[in-house]
Amino acid sequence: MSETLVSVQDMKVHFPIKRGVFFDRTVGYVYAVDGVDLEIKRGETYGLVGESGCGKSTLGRAMLRLNEPTDGKMVFDGQDFSTLQGEELRKMRRRIQMVFQDPLSSLDPRQSVESILVEGLRAHGLDEGKESTAKRLRELLAAVGLPASALRKYPHEFSGGQRQRIGIARALALNPDLIVADEPVSALDVSVQAQVVNLLEELQEKFGLTYLVIAHDLAVVKHISDRVGVMYLGGLVEEATSEDLYDEPLHPYTRALLSAIPVPDPQVEDRRERILLAGDLPSPANPPSGCRFHTRCPWRQETKCDTERPALRELKPGHKVACHWAEQIRSGEIQPHEVKPVLVEEGDGLSPDVPLVGPASVTEALNP
Amino acid sequence: MALLEVRDLSVVFQRKGEAPFHAVDGVSFDVEPGQTVGLVGESGCGKSVTSLAIMGLLPKRGAKVTGSVTYDGTDLLKLSDKQMRDKRGSELGMVFQDPLSSLNPVVPIGLQVTEVLERHRGMPRKEAMIEAKDLLDKVGIPDPNRRLKEYPHQLSGGMRQRALIAIALACRPKLLIADEPTTALDVTIQAQILSLMKELVQDLGTALVMITHDLGVVAGLCDEVNVLYGGKVVEKAMRHKLFAEPRHPYTHGLLASIPRLDAPRGEKLTPIKGSVADNIPWTSACAFAPRCPNALDVCRAETPAEVDKLGRLLRCHNPVVPGTPAAEEVPV
Repeated sequence: MSETLVSVQDMKVHFPIKRGVFFDRTVGYVYAVDGVDLEIKRGETYGLVGESGCGKSTLGRAMLRLNEPTDGKMVFDGQDFSTLQGEELRKMRRRIQMVFQDPLSSLDPRQSVESILVEGLRAHGLDEGKESTAKRLRELLAAVGLPASALRKYPHEFSGGQRQRIGIARALALNPDLIVADEPVSALDVSVQAQVVNLLEELQEKFGLTYLVIAHDLAVVKHISDRVGVMYLGGLVEEATSEDLYDEPLHPYTRALLSAIPVPDPQVEDRRERILLAGDLPSPANPPSGCRFHTRCPWRQETKCDTERPALRELKPGHKVACHWAEQIRSGEIQPHEVKPVLVEEGDGLSPDVPLVGPASVTEALNP
Repeated sequence: MALLEVRDLSVVFQRKGEAPFHAVDGVSFDVEPGQTVGLVGESGCGKSVTSLAIMGLLPKRGAKVTGSVTYDGTDLLKLSDKQMRDKRGSELGMVFQDPLSSLNPVVPIGLQVTEVLERHRGMPRKEAMIEAKDLLDKVGIPDPNRRLKEYPHQLSGGMRQRALIAIALACRPKLLIADEPTTALDVTIQAQILSLMKELVQDLGTALVMITHDLGVVAGLCDEVNVLYGGKVVEKAMRHKLFAEPRHPYTHGLLASIPRLDAPRGEKLTPIKGSVADNIPWTSACAFAPRCPNALDVCRAETPAEVDKLGRLLRCHNPVVPGTPAAEEVPV
């Protein structure tokens, strides 16, 4: 369990913002991921949470090199993944697979399930003849709980939950070590979410998989993860085991995030103390100086917060936090105060990464 | 008499040459001033169509609305288009899910707010602008003077939703219908918007119909909760009662399938098997029967009747006995 499978060191992804008609002048950068270190141990589930625009998806994609990182490296099973090129990179990719958020748009509508599953096998030379492939496909479908008759069907013939199962089967097909799941359940209905969450857990037990689960829903992440990292504006602000994080959140942002999540129990809801954050997430193209969170932090202090960027440090075993005043906040020496919301500029090369949950229109409600 | 009385509301969509589709099938509920009523359910349960039917926003052709929606003594379904236009915006407010697509992208926010004030309260533009500024201020938009001149794309998601709420509140409606107002927002922003709506209900005595799929939101906000499935209300109770003792297998299953933040680690989720696509029509069966762990033979042969007992409305042949754990089901 303690062997490190993935180690990300000082990962940075900066997207250039270009302006101008004839010359693509770079006028600035979106600091989507700005210096993240993390380690994932073999066999564990690492959960990455944060709000839209915090860089969690970009980090996941950069680890797979679906976006080239600007700086930093990722060591996968002892090998530097970030410098691999060509054929070596392609071969290594077999061991890291991805499950995407929207199961319909991540499956080719013109490919049958069989062809979707076989494609990867063929690309990596695992298609060793009709019989063994057919057996493998049956195993895969059984593992994700789909009938064998699904092979000849097309993605549109399935429900959302079943499509996500196909996406998971496709990731499993190549016997990967690591599966990066980007919002695997957020597009699904509540009653179906639990099916997929349970399936992911079962598969992990069965195949000894390692997961990196990226999600905005802290309740889901807490449920499936061993360790959780909380991201805010391109950086990790806190990292702990999921129990620790819930029992004693140390970073002001994590506290606010936890208090904002509704619990389906009126008794808990009536008693809870809410920490309401003022304003919006600042633009990653123009992040605040010092601690990224200081513009919205109710515990902000006069010194250090707006000038010095706090590093992630271990406050107690296995619990890291990036806050200058974590000890004082923990002991209650510093009390929260009111924060005035700061204007946030929108529309600077930022794509709103809004998760789609539930029905959006009458048309959708009519065609369940 | 309640402010809004919805009685036996049904919406049938009929396309030429196709079987009619019952999107909403006999939904009834009341809303009192200062009260929040929740409509909860998954995609396709008819919750959004219910809200559109109340507001008279469904197309005249193709959608057949029956039943009655009595607002302050008048049946909204019997009003002409013009009469309805006068009601909408002034007495009935609506907040939609996606703020970007419900705001006009080429009109500044200020004009979109003043439009309502000019149309319904006959205010001159200048006065309306001042009122609009106050409104934006009230819903918590910083620097409202500047924001009035800006366009929707220049605002963040949370700010857009606030602007939309400001427009809905411009004429101090007595009834506000919010259709998934926080679904497109981040949790910290969701918390801001929900606390804003709570304040409005308390301060202005607005009646609020909250439509959502999120049981957590309902638990914190609503007084009375209607759980919808396949176009029918399957369970209705005050929130404390409903969450403490869910009796309908669907409500029970939903609660067991949501990971809770305060649950101990290692607790398994109990999903509801199948998906909404497995629904069967309510005619001569229970629509939930194919997915129900409690289903009996009678559930597939007879439509369960609505039973109103001890402050709880239930539509089930074989309700969950309080205290039993969720049935163990292997997902198929």
